[in-house]
Amino acid sequence: MGSLGELERSVMDVLWDADSAVTAYDVQEHLEREQGRQLAATTLLTVLSRLQKKGFVASDRSARPHRYRAIASRVDHVAELMHEVLGVAGDRTAVLARFVGGVSAEDAEVLRRLLAGAA
Amino acid sequence: MTAGPGRWPLQGGDAIPTAFGSDGILLMALGAAALAILLAWPVPILLSRAAWPARLPGWALVLWQLIAVAGGLSMIAALLLLGAALFPAQEWIAIVLAGALAAYLLVHLAITIVQFERQRRRHLELLLLLSSPHPTQARTRVLDDAAPVAYCLPRGVGSVTVLSQGLLDELHPDELDAVIAHERAHVEQRHEVLLVAFKAWREALPWFPIAQRAESEVAALVEMRADDSARRFLAHGGVDADPVLARAILRVVGPAGPAEHASSRRDRHRDRFLRLGR
Repeated sequence: MGSLGELERSVMDVLWDADSAVTAYDVQEHLEREQGRQLAATTLLTVLSRLQKKGFVASDRSARPHRYRAIASRVDHVAELMHEVLGVAGDRTAVLARFVGGVSAEDAEVLRRLLAGAA
Repeated sequence: MTAGPGRWPLQGGDAIPTAFGSDGILLMALGAAALAILLAWPVPILLSRAAWPARLPGWALVLWQLIAVAGGLSMIAALLLLGAALFPAQEWIAIVLAGALAAYLLVHLAITIVQFERQRRRHLELLLLLSSPHPTQARTRVLDDAAPVAYCLPRGVGSVTVLSQGLLDELHPDELDAVIAHERAHVEQRHEVLLVAFKAWREALPWFPIAQRAESEVAALVEMRADDSARRFLAHGGVDADPVLARAILRVVGPAGPAEHASSRRDRHRDRFLRLGR
């Protein structure tokens, strides 16, 4: 994971919370104000370009300085993740192993009876 | 298989039937075909209906892998021998037939692995942005969502266990231990390798109802193995393991108990829950 991953998360949090596209300087200032975290401008630009490459951030290059915004909202991304986790797509993905997959109402009843018997 | 490279020099310029005669080759071809059919139909059906795999999930998993590998090899051998028996003068026909099937199966496996890697990377990228590290558990992340879910993204060293905040709010400490031990077992026993292989088999043979059943069986057996690890872990700590695991499962499901895939799920998935009472 490393600190770069956590840095990306902090930057995304700023972009998700922002109302409109922001400059790298805005992000830098926000992180310093909110988290007391001092970031070199080059580090921040690296993080932003990585996030852009991964498809989470878009930039407006016509404006000076460049402005950055999140492509989708945080809620949308959580929904995308949960969609995959819960396998709504139908196809069982081997990518992740859920603790409990499908449990029918009868199966839940089996477990409850079992617990009642054990008590 | 019967066609060992030593007894059957494919590179040799001679026609193939010199060693056995074309009748012998045909007989071997029929034998290989019979084995392929047995492994493709009655054997998997019997295994999936048997009760013992719920008691010995590890052995059942070994058997499923043997059936899949031997089934594929006997199909390839049957094509090779049949081609040799029917076209003894043109051995390239046999080689092309068998090679095409082998290549088809291998390409499907490769495609499934590539898809798996791509999905996994995308999921991990999203996850790292949306979750925070668990304060005490290593390699565990907390996803800020109310739905009670637990899962792991397995891959050797880079594996992550994910727990939702909704689940953490509901689980008792020993139930949390059970969930984490269960997920850790998936990772340590490399269950994703099995799941990917059987998924590839199912996708390579979509007209084959057995491949789907095999995948479903393997998925259930893998859960039983992970449950067994969790039970051992809990029992080691002096906890009455089965009720704890049962309660953890019920909390993840939620009080309403969604009847998800209720019809398509076979008994083996219920076996997982029934065996907690034994």
